[in-house]
Amino acid sequence: MIIDVNFVGLIIASIMASAVPLILASCGELITERSGVLNLGVEGMMIIGAISGFALMTVTGSLIIAVFGAMLAGVLISTIFAFLTQTLITNHVATGLALTIFGIGISAMIGKNFVGIPGKEFPVLFEGLKDTIPLLSPILFGHSIVFYFAFALPFITSYFLKKTKVGLIVRAVGDSPESASNQGINVKLVRYACILYGGAMCGLAGAYLSMIYTPQWIENMTGGRGWIALALVVFSTWNPIKILIGAMIFGGLTIIQFHMQAIGVRIPVQFLTALPYLVTIIVLVVISRDSRKIRLSTPSSLGKSFHKDN
Amino acid sequence: MIKIVKRDQPSKAIFFFTPVLAIFLTLVAGGIIFYILGFKPFEALKFFFIVPIADRYGFSELLLKATPLCLIAIGLSFCFKSNNWNIGAEGQLTFGAIVSGGIALLFYDQEGFYILPLVILAGAIGGMIYASIPAILKTYFNTNEILVSLMLVYVSKLILDYLVVGPWSNPEGFNFPETRQFSDSARLPLLIEGLRIHAGIFLALAAVVISWFVFYKTYLGFQMKVSGFSLKTAKYAGYKGKKMIILVFLISGACAGLAGVGEITGPIGQLHREVSPDYGFTAIIVAFLGRLHPVGIIFASLVVAITYLGAETAQIFMQIPKYTGQVFQGMILFFLLASDYLLFFKFKFIDTKK
Repeated sequence: MIIDVNFVGLIIASIMASAVPLILASCGELITERSGVLNLGVEGMMIIGAISGFALMTVTGSLIIAVFGAMLAGVLISTIFAFLTQTLITNHVATGLALTIFGIGISAMIGKNFVGIPGKEFPVLFEGLKDTIPLLSPILFGHSIVFYFAFALPFITSYFLKKTKVGLIVRAVGDSPESASNQGINVKLVRYACILYGGAMCGLAGAYLSMIYTPQWIENMTGGRGWIALALVVFSTWNPIKILIGAMIFGGLTIIQFHMQAIGVRIPVQFLTALPYLVTIIVLVVISRDSRKIRLSTPSSLGKSFHKDN
Repeated sequence: MIKIVKRDQPSKAIFFFTPVLAIFLTLVAGGIIFYILGFKPFEALKFFFIVPIADRYGFSELLLKATPLCLIAIGLSFCFKSNNWNIGAEGQLTFGAIVSGGIALLFYDQEGFYILPLVILAGAIGGMIYASIPAILKTYFNTNEILVSLMLVYVSKLILDYLVVGPWSNPEGFNFPETRQFSDSARLPLLIEGLRIHAGIFLALAAVVISWFVFYKTYLGFQMKVSGFSLKTAKYAGYKGKKMIILVFLISGACAGLAGVGEITGPIGQLHREVSPDYGFTAIIVAFLGRLHPVGIIFASLVVAITYLGAETAQIFMQIPKYTGQVFQGMILFFLLASDYLLFFKFKFIDTKK
C-alpha cells in the first residue's frame, strides 16, 4: 500500500481543525481559572457564541460582525456569571451550572428560526500555497484566520502569564487574593476581566463551530465540547502549552472516529463516539493521581469567593 | 444613605423566603422575555404556569414529572450537603434504567409478583454502580467528580443507544430504536385509571421521609452537615471522609436509578433512546431551590415540574418554543443564587447628618 503523504497531511489538518474550538475555550477558561474563578459555564457560553455568530452572519451578512458579535455575546453572558460570583458572592459551581442550562435553553430559543439555513463560506488564507510542499502544505495553508489564531493562542497565553506584569497580577490574584489585595490590587476587577475574557474566547470557539467547522446551526451543537475544554484545563495542569497537546489528542479521537467508520471497522459507532469522554476520564485519573503535583499547579484560591469587608 | 452591612448570622427567615423571591423574579423576567419575543406576557405566563395544571389530567401530569425530579433531588441533597458535586445524576438515571430495563426484558413474556421488586432493585443497583465510579475515582485517585460524573452522562446515553438499536432492539419492531414492551408484572401500577400518575410517587415520598430522618436524626446527617460547612473541621473531628463520600454518592445514585425505573416501568413501558428529558440536570436546580431540605424539595419539584408542562402547553397553544422551559430553569437558579446575597448581607439606612 502506498501512503499518500498529502492524505496524511490532510488528516493531521483535520485533527487540528477539530482541536480549534477546544484550544480557544480552554485557553479562555485557563485565564479565568488562573485568577481563581472556576466557571463551569463553558458549554453554555460556547453555545451562545455558536448561535450568535450564525444568526448575525445570516442577518447582517458580515462575517466580521458575526465573529466579533459572537465574542461579545460570550462576554455579555459571562457578565451574568461575573456579577453573581464576584459582586453577589455566589457559589462558583452552582452559578456555572445555571449558566450552562440557561445558555443551552436560550440558544435553542434564538436558534429556532435558523435551523436548516445553510451557512456561508468562510475565507481561508494562503490558499495559493496549498500544493507547494508535500505533507506540510495542507497542514500549514488554506485555513481560516480563527484557525491560525487558535494555534498561536497557547503561546500568547503562556507569554502573557509568565512575562507580562498583568499576567503576574492575574496569577497573584488566583494564588493569594488576600496578599494581592493588600498590595493594592483590585481583586474583583481583575477577576471580572478574566471572566469576561474567558467568555469572549468561548464565544469565539462557538462561532468557529457554527460558522467554519460545520457551517450551520444545530441545536446543542457544542455536544459536550465545553466540558471537555474544562477537563483539558485540568489535564494541562494550568499550563497553556499543554492545552495544545491535549486538544490535539481529543481532536485526533474525533477524527479517528470518522475514519474508522469509513474504513468499516466493526466497532459499534456508539463506542467510538464515547471514546473522547472515556479518554477524558482516564486522562483525568492519570493526571490527578499525583495529588501533590495537582496541588502545586492548581491556582490556590480556585473556586473560592473573595470578599473584602470595607 | 443606604449601606450594605454583613449580617452577624445568616438569616433563617430569609433562607426560606429567597426561593419564593427567586420564583417571583423568574416570572417577571420570563414576562419580559415573552414580551421581547412578541407574545403577550400575561397570556403567555398563563399558558405556561396555570393552564397546564388547571384540570385533573394536568395535575396528574404535574405529579408525574415532579416524581423523578423530587427523587433525584433528594439523592443529590446528600451529595451537595456534604460538598460533593455529583452533577451526573442524568447518567445514573440512564444507567439505572438500562440495568432495570435489562431485568424487565428477561421476563418480558412472564408474569409474577416477584418481577417488579427485582426490576426496582436492579434500577437502584444500576444507579449505585454508576455513581460509584466518580466516587471511587474522587476518593482514591483524587479525580474531579464534577467532570467525571458529567462525562459519564454522555457515555450512559451512548450505551443505551447502542443497546436499543443493537442487541436489545425488539426483534418484531421493524428496526425501530426500542426494546420489547415490558410485561404487565414489570410495570408500576397506575394510581388512577385513565391518568398516567403511577406508584413511583411513593418511592419519592419514602425518599423524602428517609432523608429527613437521616439529615436531622442521625450521626451521619450531622457528619454530612459538618463536612459541608468545613472539610477541615470534619477531618479534625476524625470523620472518615472517604467512606462518607462513597456513601453519599451511592445514595444519590440509587435515587437517580430509581427515578429511571419509575420512568421506564411507569409511563414508558420499554427502553428507547430518550428515557429522560434531562431530569437529572433539572433536579440540580430542584435541590437548590428546595434548600436541600426534604420538604423544600417537594415544593421545588412541583414548581420546576410546571416548567416542563408549561413549555409543552405554551408550544401547542402559542407556538412559544419549548426551550423556554430550560430558560426558566436557568433563570430560577440565577435568581435564587443572587437572592442568597440577602442571607449574608442587609441594607441599612444610615443617618449621615450625625
